[in-house]
Amino acid sequence: MPEPQSIVAEQFEDAAQQCEAATLGMWTFLVTEVLFFGGLFLAYVVYRHAYPEGFAAGSRHTDLFFGTLNTAILLTSSLTMVLAVQAAQANETKMVMRCLLWTLALAGGFLVVKGFEYHKDIVEHLVPGAGFSPELPARAQMFFWLSWAMTGLHAIHVIVGMGLISVMTWLARRGKFSAEYHTPVEIVGLYWHFVDIVWIFLYPLLYLIGRHA
Amino acid sequence: MKTENAISCSFYWTIWGGLILLLGVTWGVAQFNLGLFNVIAAMTISVAKMLLVILYFMHARYSSRLIWLLAGAGFFWLAIMLTLTMTDYLTR
Amino acid sequence: MKELATTLERETPALIGSDENYLSAGHTLKSWLLTTDHKRIGLLYLFSISFFFVIAATAAALMRAELVTPQGDLVTSETYNKLFTIHGVLMVWFFLIPSIPSVLGNFIIPMMIGARDVAFPRLNLLSWYLFIGGGLFALYAIVAGGVDTGWTFYAPLSSVYSNTHVVEMATGIFITGFSSILTGLNFIITIQKMRAPGLTWFRLPLFIWSMFATSLILVLATPVLAITLALMVLERVWGIGIFDPKLGGDPILFQHLFWFYSHPAVYIMILPGMGVISELISCFSRKKIFGYKFVAFSSMAIAVLGFLVWGHHMFVSSQSIYAGMIFSILSFLVAIPSAIKVFNWVATLYRGSISLDTPMLYALGFIGLFTIGGLTGLFLATLAVDVHVTDTYFVVAHFHYIMVGGMVSAFMGGLHYWWPKITGRLYPEKLGQLAAIIMFFGFNLTFFPQFILGYLGMPRRYHAYPPEFQIYQVLSTAGASILAIAYLLPVIYLIWSLKHGKKAGANPWQATGLEWKTSSPPPKHNFDEMPIVTEEAYEYPPLSDEGRELEVSKDA
Repeated sequence: MPEPQSIVAEQFEDAAQQCEAATLGMWTFLVTEVLFFGGLFLAYVVYRHAYPEGFAAGSRHTDLFFGTLNTAILLTSSLTMVLAVQAAQANETKMVMRCLLWTLALAGGFLVVKGFEYHKDIVEHLVPGAGFSPELPARAQMFFWLSWAMTGLHAIHVIVGMGLISVMTWLARRGKFSAEYHTPVEIVGLYWHFVDIVWIFLYPLLYLIGRHA
Repeated sequence: MKTENAISCSFYWTIWGGLILLLGVTWGVAQFNLGLFNVIAAMTISVAKMLLVILYFMHARYSSRLIWLLAGAGFFWLAIMLTLTMTDYLTR
Repeated sequence: MKELATTLERETPALIGSDENYLSAGHTLKSWLLTTDHKRIGLLYLFSISFFFVIAATAAALMRAELVTPQGDLVTSETYNKLFTIHGVLMVWFFLIPSIPSVLGNFIIPMMIGARDVAFPRLNLLSWYLFIGGGLFALYAIVAGGVDTGWTFYAPLSSVYSNTHVVEMATGIFITGFSSILTGLNFIITIQKMRAPGLTWFRLPLFIWSMFATSLILVLATPVLAITLALMVLERVWGIGIFDPKLGGDPILFQHLFWFYSHPAVYIMILPGMGVISELISCFSRKKIFGYKFVAFSSMAIAVLGFLVWGHHMFVSSQSIYAGMIFSILSFLVAIPSAIKVFNWVATLYRGSISLDTPMLYALGFIGLFTIGGLTGLFLATLAVDVHVTDTYFVVAHFHYIMVGGMVSAFMGGLHYWWPKITGRLYPEKLGQLAAIIMFFGFNLTFFPQFILGYLGMPRRYHAYPPEFQIYQVLSTAGASILAIAYLLPVIYLIWSLKHGKKAGANPWQATGLEWKTSSPPPKHNFDEMPIVTEEAYEYPPLSDEGRELEVSKDA
């Protein structure tokens, strides 16, 4: 069992202060992410207000099955993530790794589904620009720009998250975590839940609202 | 350190169940044309899902008030950006 | 003075370090480039921002030289556009925003709160590398031919029509933005979690309150700049149509997003200065700041209210007139906390024991110049007046009074004040006072005529103008040359003082504050023993009825 005090960095008084600082730091970072995505949400609100028909047409052409499936996948990955954190608190290394690997697999699954979805959009000429499908109003292109930008930025965050979770899995395998020290798993968990929350809002905005408008 | 007060695995599964249920509800409501209510329902359910994730998966419920303040600040500032900008677009 | 210093050392031996200090702990390049010591990182920032300042000032010098004559005869209009863009971009993002926070904040904050370092020292080093990385992109953009959009990058010029190196410059600013965000994050956690025992919020020096408020803005506003620049670049590279009217985009959306960040950014560029001024006014009046809680809360109020006013940059942009009215009244509100600070500083001076050392001269200059800048902001916040003076030299004068007359004065004041602590040397006091006075005159001569120019109707960002404006432009350029001397002098004597300045004791100013309780320069870990705080902030000895204290002669 690693001695807890030895992993306390020298600027901190004790492990508790270090843990609190790290947690607060990650929450603060997530606030910056809210504002980062926020700019795109603002653009979405502005243009939905400006081009209701275009956005309605765009919403109708999103794939409801893929979108709903992906939402379920991410919600489940949040579950497996928090189970990993709980296992770390209980010092169950094998369980930690199992849950982290499940989270990784679900995240990967999300990206695979997204890949199918992007492929489908390309095939159906839903990429804005010269080749955009003439069946839709011109202003639907704005919907798809935002859709690609928002889901693309989200996907980048999923990939980063997968990297972080992989590192956590590797560290867990090397026995770095214990009941006294598992802060990295907790704060990666916070990040991952944020990624889930962004999608929780992207789902209705891109797939549901305006479907019947 | 967060004090999670020995939360059991099954509790997290219950929260997950609630999230999937809400997903089903929001999918279901979207099958019908209810005008403005579609938007209200979808957004309300999203907020509910978000709250479940923040409070229980992110342990905000058991964290200090500072964390609450931080989480609130993020959304409050987003609200400022959306609201004040829309005062322009809605009054042109 | 010397006796007092050594007495202090004898009385508090546990808190004074040995001859080993943070500067002597490692002389290799690696020990500097891989340091996690907040003090060394502060110095790394000092060298970096000075470099960018020189480039930006050179651009300004060329602009002022051009403006001496009404014809556009020194440079072409395209070149002139690039000059004011370079000047703006470098001064805003690569000098002013990092200046006090990343230099003085990094150095002083942990010491002021009795901590050994910031909360995340490696993140701190990463912040500096991100700053350098962003700076390299910006430099590349300049060397490759420059950018002509102005520092404001308005779409669709920036996103569609400009033929200059917008993408590289925007990338540089995007990267540097993350440097700001991480610095702000680090400071928030440091101030929140690492204060010494007994150092409650209301015992903190007001510099810490200002830096906390600044850090909140850094963290909340900068991400919006990042996404805005990213969208602008996406439009430029892939023609997405988000801001391009030809594709259904709205250029005003760019302005909303841009100013949502950039207005709070100007508070990033003044709040730290206000924090420094509180320290200087208090120390050189030998008095605690009048209305401590008002000043502390006003910093927070500025941080919050500063997010509600961005539309005042867009009054004539075709923004809705109703939104304009809302932003106008909110802009009046945000002036109130700033005014409260000025009143409290002046009230501190009243019946204080005032000594006109160099830092105090800069502080007094700040109060006057910031007040003028702030009041002219109210002119601009008034919808009807703004219609006439927007995009004229009136605006240019307004923001230079605040950013140069205010923030740069505060930076110079703070740099002189903490110079002995940072370097262990005293700068030559008479030269310091001279430079401060020259600066005050040079500054006013440079920028006051610009208020008149703007009021008379001369637009900004023009290099050729009707001859009736020439007299004011000549006065302004004359002032700029004096200002250049005023900024050059400190560079010379500060560098001189590194080798030849008198050695400083732990507390040459007899100031309160934890940073003065350790040696000059401080040891690597700041304090040998964790200090415990039992006093309120600014506990100066009471002044006699005549407002006098024990006579203390300072080293010249």
